[in-house]
Amino acid sequence: MRIEIINGRIIDPSNGVNEQAGLYIEDGKVVAVGNAPEGFVAQTRIDAQGQIVCPGFIDLSARLREPGQIHKASIHSETHAAASAGFTSLCIPPDTKPVIDTPAVIELIKDKAEQCAYAHIYPVAALTQKLAGKELSCMYALKQAGCIAVGHAQAPIQDLLILRRAMEYAATHDLLLMYCPQEQSLSYQGCAHEGAMASRYGLPGIPVAAETIALMQCIELIEHTGCRVHFRGLSSARSVIIVGKAKQLGLPVSADVAMHHLHLTDADMLPYNSHYHVSPPLRSQQDKEALLNGVQNGTIDAICSDHQPHDIDAKLGAFPETEPGMATLETVLPLMLRLVEQGILDLSQGIASLSASPAKILAINAGHLTIGSIADICVFNVNTDWQINGETWQSQGQNTPFWQKNMRGKVTTTIQAGKIIYSQ
Amino acid sequence: MLTNKNLQLNSLGKLQHFLSIEGLQKSLLTEILDTAESFADMSEQQVKKFPLLRGKTIVNLFFENSTRTRATFELAAIRLSADILSMNIATSATSKGESLLDTIRNLEAMQVDMFVVRHSLSGAAHFIAEHAAPHISVINAGDGQHEHPTQAMLDMFTIRRAKKKFSGLRVAIVGDILHSRVARSQIHALNILGAEEVRVIAPKTLLPAQVESLGVTVYHDLTAGLKNIDVIIMLRLQKERMNSALLPSESEYFKCFGLSDDKLKTANKDAIVMHPGPINRGVEISSSVADGPQSVILQQVTNGIAVRMAVMSMAMQSNARGD
Repeated sequence: MRIEIINGRIIDPSNGVNEQAGLYIEDGKVVAVGNAPEGFVAQTRIDAQGQIVCPGFIDLSARLREPGQIHKASIHSETHAAASAGFTSLCIPPDTKPVIDTPAVIELIKDKAEQCAYAHIYPVAALTQKLAGKELSCMYALKQAGCIAVGHAQAPIQDLLILRRAMEYAATHDLLLMYCPQEQSLSYQGCAHEGAMASRYGLPGIPVAAETIALMQCIELIEHTGCRVHFRGLSSARSVIIVGKAKQLGLPVSADVAMHHLHLTDADMLPYNSHYHVSPPLRSQQDKEALLNGVQNGTIDAICSDHQPHDIDAKLGAFPETEPGMATLETVLPLMLRLVEQGILDLSQGIASLSASPAKILAINAGHLTIGSIADICVFNVNTDWQINGETWQSQGQNTPFWQKNMRGKVTTTIQAGKIIYSQ
Repeated sequence: MLTNKNLQLNSLGKLQHFLSIEGLQKSLLTEILDTAESFADMSEQQVKKFPLLRGKTIVNLFFENSTRTRATFELAAIRLSADILSMNIATSATSKGESLLDTIRNLEAMQVDMFVVRHSLSGAAHFIAEHAAPHISVINAGDGQHEHPTQAMLDMFTIRRAKKKFSGLRVAIVGDILHSRVARSQIHALNILGAEEVRVIAPKTLLPAQVESLGVTVYHDLTAGLKNIDVIIMLRLQKERMNSALLPSESEYFKCFGLSDDKLKTANKDAIVMHPGPINRGVEISSSVADGPQSVILQQVTNGIAVRMAVMSMAMQSNARGD
């Protein structure tokens, strides 16, 4: 299959490319940027006049709910939604049912994803068996089966001894640990940021310290074990400072923030609207600003969707009893473009935070358009206005606080390994 | 999905649901107090029953146990000539796995006109009001740690009867503010009605984060906090607070935050002492204070009926007239 994408503006942050040019794909790989190679005859031509052509987006955490919770979503529905939003690769956390703690579950997920043939999937394996936080998972076997990293989703780890051993063992097999910092004894039963809003609504709070204490403990153990750690989903200003210090010390750490934490605060929560129930919780304006600064100055390496589709019932109830999480894959690009419009990021930085940076964190050869690389590509129009509604939304989960809101910026074509997986 | 519009008011700005004090105007709170006053006057003249809600069906939906709140709502409904059904859901449907919404749908199908709801989770009454059929009114009888608006209004009624007006009043709320829905409603009501100052007096373990943002001044010392105070509201201390390491012991709590005769002397001479009940004698309040001349604790209970009659009749009327 030979594809040419012409007339578009190519933005490839890794290679410092930002220019109007053609992009040529053959046998699943990028074969030229600029002019067509000699004798190249395209079978498919995409005219990207007025559009941006960039590396396909790579998400560090998207829940697809399969296996185990197909009433919420499926690999098919969510990889398709991902493709429609410009994502060519997704890391999926281990808290599926059953948990990703055996090679068989990894194979099951990979097979299913291949059949669906939309976005590529990178399973993150459980750090401990059944995510129970007590016994180590068979990390070597899981790595052989193809896990990209190990993680613990938001399940608690019994104690620091188990975490220490797990980090030592992960380091033994050179596995990246994806760690969601949250000290359970401090966040217990909490459902909102501990602050003025939670106090007003009488919602049990999750203090910032629940995140920062877990971060600092883990950082001390990184010093001790040498384990590579990626901190998932920072939510507070203090966390940005702590990660910045760890980086100054030269520790092997990276961090991401969920896109919604760069746009929403606890003050945006409509009274008891469960679509704002997320974990970690939406925090204060000051926290949001510090997170934006962290993305600007590179302390926070990447932006993540933290996609968590839910069925309707999961969000129907009194706020504290509803399940946390938003369906977010399809709002990532328009929300990134808002940051560009607000002058917080330039477009190239925004694209890098969704492609080159996550690829670097995962140590995969992706997220760039170097000649010879796998052709994972996203083409989007920055000026398309659209409304989020039942017609436009692809994810099975409609749990977004942006429902029926207007968005600007839409993907027109997504190509994964040289195959068109989405075309508007 | 919820919107910013005030869920409690109908299109004419009248009270359709009574979910929280927060968000209501002073004029509406005053209307509740005035309406309650007329019911109380008539009750005192031995006319106890009014035909206002004849033919209406009210369901007390108590997902959490309660004695006096439920009883006063029942009496209020009976005195308004409504039919009332009290359901103790803590021991029925939801323990069989039925969702909150299903419970509501089933009761709606029985053609009721009003739900009085108590629930252990904040936002439950809000959720029910949002999802109930439009002809149904919802009265919040306490949701989690959020609000308990009828309790606050009966407290305001009691304060107004004793002190005549709110301007110039200094009020201290003492005890477990963190877990108290009563305190949140009282703080909003006092600020809306124009009290001079609202103080909260508690150890740091029993105060919510950034409590000042609710419009209070904070004291950790009872003697200092009671100075120049006109109204003292003592909150009940739940025994289980000791188990969750919020406090060391009941006796230490009484030493620091319990209202004894000595401590009471720190407040203004004509200060009144209130308590939403049930009281723990010797834990947050000494018997001599609870039963003493400055205590209005039993008047609060009596006033609860008139205030609940006022709220129920107002909500039901807005309902009939509203959209």
